[in-house]
Amino acid sequence: MKSKSRTLMMQRLALHAALTPLAIIWLFPLWMMFVFSTMPDYGIFSPDIVLWPSTNFVENFKNLQADTNFLRAMFISITVAVIYTVLSVMLTSMAGWALARYRFAGRSMVIAIILGTITLPFAVVVIPQFIMVAREFKLANTWVALIVPPLFNSLGVLFMRQSFSMMPTELFDAARVEGVKEWRIFLHIALPLARPTMAALSIILFLASWNNYLWPLLINSRPGMMTAPVALGTLIGLTKVSWGGIMAGAVLLTAPILFVFIFLQRHFISGIAAGAIK
Amino acid sequence: MAGLTLTNVIKRFGAYEVVHGANLEIADGEFVVFVGPSGCGKSTLLRMIAGLEDVSEGTIEIGGIAVNDVEPSERRIAMVFQSYALYPHMTVRRNLSFGLQMNGNPKEDTERRVAHAANILQINELMDRRPGQLSGGQRQRFAIGRAIVREPQVFLFDEPLSNLDAELRVQMRVEISRLHKQLGTTMIYVTHDQTEAMTLADKIVVLRAGRIEQVGAPLELYDNPANQFVAGFVGSPKMNFLKARIEGKGASGVTVSLRADPRVKLTLPVSSAVAAGSQVMLGVRPEHFVNAGAGDTDLTVRIDVAEHLGHTSYVYATISDEPLIIERPESRHGGDSDSLTIGLSAARCFLFDAEGSRLR
Ligand SMILES: Nc1ncnc2c1ncn2[C@@H]1O[C@H](COP(=O)(O)OP(=O)(O)O)[C@@H](O)[C@H]1O
Ligand SMILES: [Mg+2]
Repeated sequence: MKSKSRTLMMQRLALHAALTPLAIIWLFPLWMMFVFSTMPDYGIFSPDIVLWPSTNFVENFKNLQADTNFLRAMFISITVAVIYTVLSVMLTSMAGWALARYRFAGRSMVIAIILGTITLPFAVVVIPQFIMVAREFKLANTWVALIVPPLFNSLGVLFMRQSFSMMPTELFDAARVEGVKEWRIFLHIALPLARPTMAALSIILFLASWNNYLWPLLINSRPGMMTAPVALGTLIGLTKVSWGGIMAGAVLLTAPILFVFIFLQRHFISGIAAGAIK
Repeated sequence: MAGLTLTNVIKRFGAYEVVHGANLEIADGEFVVFVGPSGCGKSTLLRMIAGLEDVSEGTIEIGGIAVNDVEPSERRIAMVFQSYALYPHMTVRRNLSFGLQMNGNPKEDTERRVAHAANILQINELMDRRPGQLSGGQRQRFAIGRAIVREPQVFLFDEPLSNLDAELRVQMRVEISRLHKQLGTTMIYVTHDQTEAMTLADKIVVLRAGRIEQVGAPLELYDNPANQFVAGFVGSPKMNFLKARIEGKGASGVTVSLRADPRVKLTLPVSSAVAAGSQVMLGVRPEHFVNAGAGDTDLTVRIDVAEHLGHTSYVYATISDEPLIIERPESRHGGDSDSLTIGLSAARCFLFDAEGSRLR
């Protein structure tokens, strides 16, 4: 008994010894981003490497705000991400439900195609998508162009489909016998039971939208409509690049996500695991 | 309330036929049990009656109306599932009222029905819990409650007790029986457990591989099974089947000899023509052996194990490698001998041909 717990302890120790350097490698750039965001530009480029934060954060942020109206860009990013997440969860759960519950001709073909699109890198899609949205539909610089094209999320569809397929069919049979209409079965039984999966999916989608750079950059060049990553990107081209300001912006972009993830990581991981295994 | 009529009901999944033309008449208020081994099509038949599966061919009538194209909710049926199928995210009170509420039933009427069902099943105190906070037996009770609330013409049960432990199963069995007495509604009950079938049913429908083998009252099936399958399925412990051979035909019937011990001969009245020398099965229930000398012939078996249950004993024995079970009500002590001589009485023996058809 005693030796067993001891070997367990040794295993844990070894595991931590192996993982700690990895964690440090992963965290170090984040830490340096934070450190740089608190330094004046001459400090960032000084030859001594400083590992501790300084006091220039507010100054940096003021420069940033003057250059790009960063607060507005943050607000736009948040709004876009929230709208995108809500719409996308709605759409993917409806599509997932249809693919899980109804047998129709060509169903497995549809699933195979959706699965196939996951393997396509965005780089392959982005040019035709841009041409379609900007030239054919003439939607460049609109909110619709920013939000709608990425809405159809094949990973989300399969995620939700998996979650619905795992629910016992007898549950829906019981509701059918009771005369509950199909859309109410979806709304009142299937969706509430899929809540953990929807939560996990929401985080993934919110993050995807929050981090999205290429598509908003291409489709949306109007200064008043820039999302935060795009706004930050515009700074690089200026003659005098305010690296401290960029780092302050990067910290503001990263911090909320980091906190959300730390608080929600338990739900997040169990939700993903549920979608994957159960 | 309503009776049911099934006429030539066939079910195919793709090209694969699983129910091969079922004909069945169920009277109003009857308690009918579909019984048969797992995979024989009981659930499929029940789900067709419920409307959860389409009927490939034939007609199903409930209360004299063909319901092939009627939605499940319009059939005036209620169904209790093996997995209970309670909505896990709602309190059980809401589970009971949900269906009615979704269909716009007046609130007072819904509440009255829910209270009524809770009274019948004595589940008042638990109403505000979620299904996950209840034991299996309690969940099953609420699943039945949800069926009662619908005030159906026909109750359908699909193996409702098979997830419960043995003791609770007996208790719920009695309760379902009582419920049937109290409500007087037609009930169709699916199980693979012959004890449940025997104890609950007014009428048993024995199914095998998608075919109805026999329909009858429990004791009818016990006394008069149509074939070897039904004979083996009804009764516990199972009927013994001993290989035998037709020796010849006389005025009082055919004479058979056991293959295990050709000296054991028995003459049975058989009406159908059987060729001398053909192989047959002699069927005798464990409880129908008699004391040595008291029957028409005796046989000697080797005892493997004896189980003494107090009120009776079961002897597990073999006669040249053919196993058999013998019930000995009076023997409280197995004795030390490892062989046993018992009597067979022709009047209690069945005879089946090589295909399992009943000869006697
Ligand atoms: N949806 C289905 N698709 C294909 N075959 C099915 C389906 N449902 C049941 N079956 C088949 O039909 C047969 C009878 O099944 P079922 O009615 O569930 O048996 P039971 O309830 O008597 O155990 C089985 O062979 C089963 O594999
Ligand atoms: Mg079944």
